[in-house]
Amino acid sequence: MGTITKYELVNYFRSRRFYVLLIIGLIISALLTTLVGYYRPSAFLSSSLNFYSSWWAGAITFVIILSGIFYGGDAISGEFQNKTGYFLVANPLRRSSIYIGKWLGALIASVIMLGVFAAIAIGNGIYYFGLNIPYQLWVSLLFSLLYLIAVLGFTFFFSSLFKSTSMSILVTAILFLFAFSLIQSLVEGLVKIEPWFLITYGAQIISNVLVDPYPTTATQGFGPNAFTTYAATIPEGIAILLAYFVVTAVLGLLLFERKEFT
Amino acid sequence: MKIEGSKCVGFLGPNGAGKTTTLKIFTDMIRASEGRALINGVDVHLNKKKALGPVGALIESPEIYPALTPREALSMVADLRGLPRAEAKKKIEETVAEVKMNEWLDKKVGKFSKGMKQRINIAAALLSDPEVIMLDEPTTGLDPRGQSEVRDIVKDLKKKNRLVFMSSHLLNEVQEICDEVAMIDHGKLIVYDSLSNVTTRFSSDGSNTVEIELSRDIDDHSVNRNIASLTSVSSAERIDARKVRIHFSGGIQNQERLLQELATMRIGMTSFRPSASALEDTYLNLIKDTL
Repeated sequence: MGTITKYELVNYFRSRRFYVLLIIGLIISALLTTLVGYYRPSAFLSSSLNFYSSWWAGAITFVIILSGIFYGGDAISGEFQNKTGYFLVANPLRRSSIYIGKWLGALIASVIMLGVFAAIAIGNGIYYFGLNIPYQLWVSLLFSLLYLIAVLGFTFFFSSLFKSTSMSILVTAILFLFAFSLIQSLVEGLVKIEPWFLITYGAQIISNVLVDPYPTTATQGFGPNAFTTYAATIPEGIAILLAYFVVTAVLGLLLFERKEFT
Repeated sequence: MKIEGSKCVGFLGPNGAGKTTTLKIFTDMIRASEGRALINGVDVHLNKKKALGPVGALIESPEIYPALTPREALSMVADLRGLPRAEAKKKIEETVAEVKMNEWLDKKVGKFSKGMKQRINIAAALLSDPEVIMLDEPTTGLDPRGQSEVRDIVKDLKKKNRLVFMSSHLLNEVQEICDEVAMIDHGKLIVYDSLSNVTTRFSSDGSNTVEIELSRDIDDHSVNRNIASLTSVSSAERIDARKVRIHFSGGIQNQERLLQELATMRIGMTSFRPSASALEDTYLNLIKDTL
């Protein structure tokens, strides 16, 4: 498993995708640095907690989703479509070792991305507010890591489902960038139930923890015009993200174990 | 079908007959709809790690991660097969030299031609010095020199007492390097026997055919008078001035006697081997459809 992880990382670092994603992360960071430095928006600079809430929580979920798509989208389907799997699978190793090894490689590459993004955010925070880093940022970082783990579990599952790389990448991109947000809006606004079954709802704990006091579910208005804003509690969020990871990881692994190299 | 010993077994059949499918079942790339694939008594599907431990396999033409160099790709295979680091380094250099790719050891695979990638794939299959080697059309994509080099590699493997199971469409290739031949059609094994037995049993006239090469010219008269009249020879024909095809009846004893008789004739014989056309004749008799 360690061997697969090692060479998956070598492959990432040698290929363009790692640098493309790194450049995207750096561009987002550079834009935020420039805009905050130039316009000095109060939403950012009123307190250190607000600063990290706006900077980190505003962009990190997007960075995580991009990492999931870049590293997980074709991780397994590519082994079939590009026939690289034929080089690995004929060796005396379990398919689970390949799956987990590749997943760990994608996780490490994504954590590096997150690390770079976090370092730039914290660097800016120190510039404006000194070394007074709120503890909620570290908690949010942990939740971001959990979200990354769940997203990679999910993208690997879809990658196992398809043999075409473009299909697996497209489906995961549509789901994370549009579908989940759309379903969440519809469920909250029209069906009026808590969207506890959506990964993006669970991921709200990344931003919620950076709000003081922690947001709660609240209803505005009365009767048929009442509108409820749902907020996942920390235990709910952790449970949703863990459930997504466990279920999709097990399903993805089973699919890969059963899939034939025809 | 049960294969044992150290030899080369050619696996023949038309497109879609199930040659690659069989090899994929033996490497657990696909599951058998019925039956089991055992290597050294170990079920490949139930205990792949143990079953494939002594096996080197090249199935279809795998792609190697394009960003890796052959050294890295082969290091990965060495790691997966548990070769100690120092031994792996030595083996990688030896195997890459064997497939004539040593000048490309540290170049990225993404820039390689199909034939160059196939050479690295062959090196990967041979890296751990496996007891059993499964090759699925190993000369695919190789130029004539590459094909000849692969045949030499397989011949060397036979000398090292390895068991080689090789699918191929090239009958002359199988004729040249394999000791036994298995033919499959529509997923069913039609025949599995030694090359000479198969060609004798299933050729159109039930005879064996050998071709001899000579160091000096021979005319039709000599062929008819001296060779065609030998014991067990049913007919002889001159292919060109220095090549003769001989049809004879009987088994391996008659073949041995024929060789001795030809050698004593002092006609300048430099080579004596079963005719490639004999296997083709057998193949065409057994395999009636192309798909």
